[in-house]
Parts: sequence; C-alpha cells; structure tokens
Amino acid sequence: MDAFLTSRIMADVLGGVTNGVIYGLVALSLVLVWRSTGILNFAQGAMPMVAVYVGMIVFGHYFGYWICVVLAILVGFAIGAGTERVLVRPLYGKPEINPVVVMVGFLTVLEAIAAAIWSTTPRSFPTPFSPIDYRLGGKPFALSAFTIYEIVTALIVMAAVAALFRFTNLGLQLRASALSPEVSRLLGVRVNRMLTLGWTLSTGVGTITAILVSSNFFTGLTPQVMDGIFAYGFIAAAVGGLDSPVGSIIAGVVMGIILQFVGDYVNSNATILVALAILIVSLMARPSGLFTHARTRRV
Amino acid sequence: MIRVRNLTVAYGAVKALSDVTFDAPTSAITAVLGANGAGKTTLLRTISGLKAPTSGTISSSDVELVGMKTEEIARLGIGHVPEGRGVIGEFTVEENLRLGALIAKVNVKEGLATQYERFPILGERRRQHADLLSGGERQILSMARALIATPTVLLLDEPSLGLAPLVTAQIMATIKELCATDNLTVVLVEQNASSALRIADHAIVLNVGHIVANDDATVVASDEKLRQYYLGLAG
Repeated sequence: MDAFLTSRIMADVLGGVTNGVIYGLVALSLVLVWRSTGILNFAQGAMPMVAVYVGMIVFGHYFGYWICVVLAILVGFAIGAGTERVLVRPLYGKPEINPVVVMVGFLTVLEAIAAAIWSTTPRSFPTPFSPIDYRLGGKPFALSAFTIYEIVTALIVMAAVAALFRFTNLGLQLRASALSPEVSRLLGVRVNRMLTLGWTLSTGVGTITAILVSSNFFTGLTPQVMDGIFAYGFIAAAVGGLDSPVGSIIAGVVMGIILQFVGDYVNSNATILVALAILIVSLMARPSGLFTHARTRRV
Repeated sequence: MIRVRNLTVAYGAVKALSDVTFDAPTSAITAVLGANGAGKTTLLRTISGLKAPTSGTISSSDVELVGMKTEEIARLGIGHVPEGRGVIGEFTVEENLRLGALIAKVNVKEGLATQYERFPILGERRRQHADLLSGGERQILSMARALIATPTVLLLDEPSLGLAPLVTAQIMATIKELCATDNLTVVLVEQNASSALRIADHAIVLNVGHIVANDDATVVASDEKLRQYYLGLAG
C-alpha cells in the first residue's frame, strides 16, 4: 500500500489535484463575475494580486499571517466593488468588446503599477504550514501540510459559493440580476447592488486563490504571479461552462490532473498546448461548456 | 389607485405619449387599448420607472412615482407583468416565484402555497425550468410571480399575446377574479380589445400617444366610431 501511495502515478494525481483546485478557484471567480454581470474579467488575476501585495506584504510588516489573510480578502472585496462602480458600470449595455478591452487594459495597468511600487522581484511571506512533503515508509508522499491547506481551503470556498447560489435569496438575486436585470428590477431586486456584490465576491475568491498561489515557496509573489494560472483557470471555466460553477471546478481539477501527467511524462512545456487542445475540442463538442445544460423549449 | 397627470414621454424627438391624464381606481380594471405604437407599453414602463417621462406626474396612494427607481416602485406594491411574460427561463418555476416573493409582506412558504393552490399547474411543474413551459403556463407563472409579492397595483402588458382564444379567455377570467379577491388596481394593456373590454370597468383608448377616449368600458365598447377606427372591431 505504501508503495502505491508513494508511486509516481499517485504523486501526479495528488499534484494534479493540488494544481487543479487552484485552476478551479480561478475558474469559479470568473464564473461569479460572468453569472452576475455577463462580463469576462481579464483582470481577474491582477486585481487579487494587488490585494495580496497590500494585505500580505504591506500589512505583513505589522500583523501575523491570519490577520493579513483577512485584510487581503477585505482589500480584494474593496478592489472588486470599486472596479465595478468606477470602471465596469459605465460599460453595461455597451458592445461586448468594450468590457474586454477595458479589462485587458486594466490588467496591464495594475501589473505596471505593482511592478513600479513593489518591483518584479519575487516576494515571499511565511505560512504556518510546511511545504515539505510527508514521508511514508521512508519515501516522500506527494502531500505536505501546505498542499492539504490549499485543497481544504479551496473546497471550503467552493462549497460556500455553491451554497450561496443554490440555497440563499442573495444567490437567487445575483443570478436573476445577471440573467434578466430589467425583470429583476420589476420584482424589487436592487440590481446595481447585486452587480457590485458579484464583483466583490469574485475578487474575494480571487484573492484567496492568489494568497494560496503566492504562498508557494517556489513561486513567490510577483506582479505577474497570476498570469499563467489565470490562463489555465480561464480554459477551465470555458470548458466547464461559464454558467456552471460546479462544471468549472470539475473542469479545473480534471485539467490539473491531466496537465500534471503531461508535464511529468511528456514535457512541462507541452502543458499549455494540451490545455488549449482540450479547450478547442470541448468547445467544438459543446460550445456553451461541458456542464451547461442546453434546454429545448416546448411551444 | 394610480393617478396620471399630463404625462409626456419621448424617445429622442419622437413623442410616445402626449399630455396623458387618467385615473385607474382601486378594485377595478382599467383597460388601456390602442393599435401598435399607440404608446400602451410605454405608459406601463413609465409607471414602473423603466422609462423617465419628459413631464407630468404619476402617483400611487399619494406617493409620487416619477423620479423613483424601478425597484423602489416595485417595493411600494406595484407589480408589473411585462410584455412577453418576462419569466426567467433558466430558473425553475419555484425559483421564479421565490424571486417574486423577496419583497412580499407574507412568509415565502405561505406565498408559494397560495399561488400553487390558485394555479395548480405551477405546483405540478414547480421543479421544471420555466423555458420548458407553454405560452399560457408562462403567462400564469408571470402573473403568479407578481401576485406572490402581494401588490396593490398590477400592471399587465399584453397578457393574451400569442395565446389561443381559449387560454386568453381563461387568463382574462383569472384577472377579473384576482381584481375582486385581492382588491387590486389593475391596469391592463391589450391589443385584443374585445377580450379586455369584456372584463374591464374602465377603458382608455390611445392613438399615437394621445388619449382619444376615457370612459366606462361599456361606453367605450358601444361607441361605434371608437370600435371601428381605433380598436379594429367591426360591427
């Protein structure tokens, strides 16, 4: 049993799940914005990156890890809400290309500002969990206290978001505001507040993801820390379905495992090509995503 | 009661409503009739705050509605069933109703039970997505969703649009019954003038944004000139 648990295959599966939950979280944050405002946020990686710099590096001089995590998430909430109110709200009802261009521009601006203030040198901050793999029968087992922390945190966030959408009136209003803002207003839903809340929650989820990613000793925190992860998360969201939080998470985890095997058995440079191939094939088969139900209407 | 005074609404340079004045009394159905482009839908959208008027006032129970946000007007108890039903197809029947119940003054479970009792078909289809319902069922769902919020005013925009005559008759009978049982002020916009006049207490007839008649429904229904020139009813 120990031999199987410490095998190369098991190491790839566990490594894939660890990466996959991160892709799933990025995908989930994209889905949150898409479902609440119908906009693809290309700055979804950069906005949390700024929150992590402020929360973990600036406040890190004064407070311990957990207080900094809470502060970073609060900063993420503020960035999300502020972005929706100032940058995004004037774009509602405009051609679909407008928010895409604005958010790509915003991504560039945020990364440039972060580089100017904090430089591009990777920053690290201590975490309370060891990144050293556990050992079974003297052999390394591809799990550490830190990777367990990553997986458990991701699962808690995913469950909380799923419960919000499925069981609460707030989730119902968020979905309704995105699907049919005019009808929602006629039913008394304060749509503008819901749109702001969608961006707030999304950036909060993104900030938790960015904290996990930049807590990694080997990655550290840089202005571009989320760029690569965002690409995989974006593909996961598109494959799973931008309307499907569960689908995007499943797609993220499955993609994480597949790409881990590709990186281990083929070539680590081939992972992005395989990810893009998965995207193309799945979009050809199901353009609205693998987990978005296509329904027919009775007439 | 809805009180509209000297209401003018424009889309750019084009006036959709010109100096419109009328009252829609409590516990009565006021039919708003006229041909396509007469300004009927614009009138309802302006009452609901979806369209801002150029001038004029609209009040409900002495509260001025012009300048208020649509969601705040809804929270005053003014329900609007929009043209084309406005049900959210991606939601189940029950989710649509729960959305309507958010501003209700009654318990959500009680509200759902009331609507399922009133419209049994919705209870049978509660877990079904709304875009799988037939046109008549969607109309019923749309009305139930407005009613679950316990409104005092109900604005109905073309409830018979695209429905078979038998279904239209059932919908109209339901509106008449609701007006009596729920003490509602109903403003009913309809192109199907004969169906609307059959259940209405009052009627106003719009022609290119102007009111050309404002009287008891029976008087409007028996006016040959109105029937022929504005309502498309021969003989």
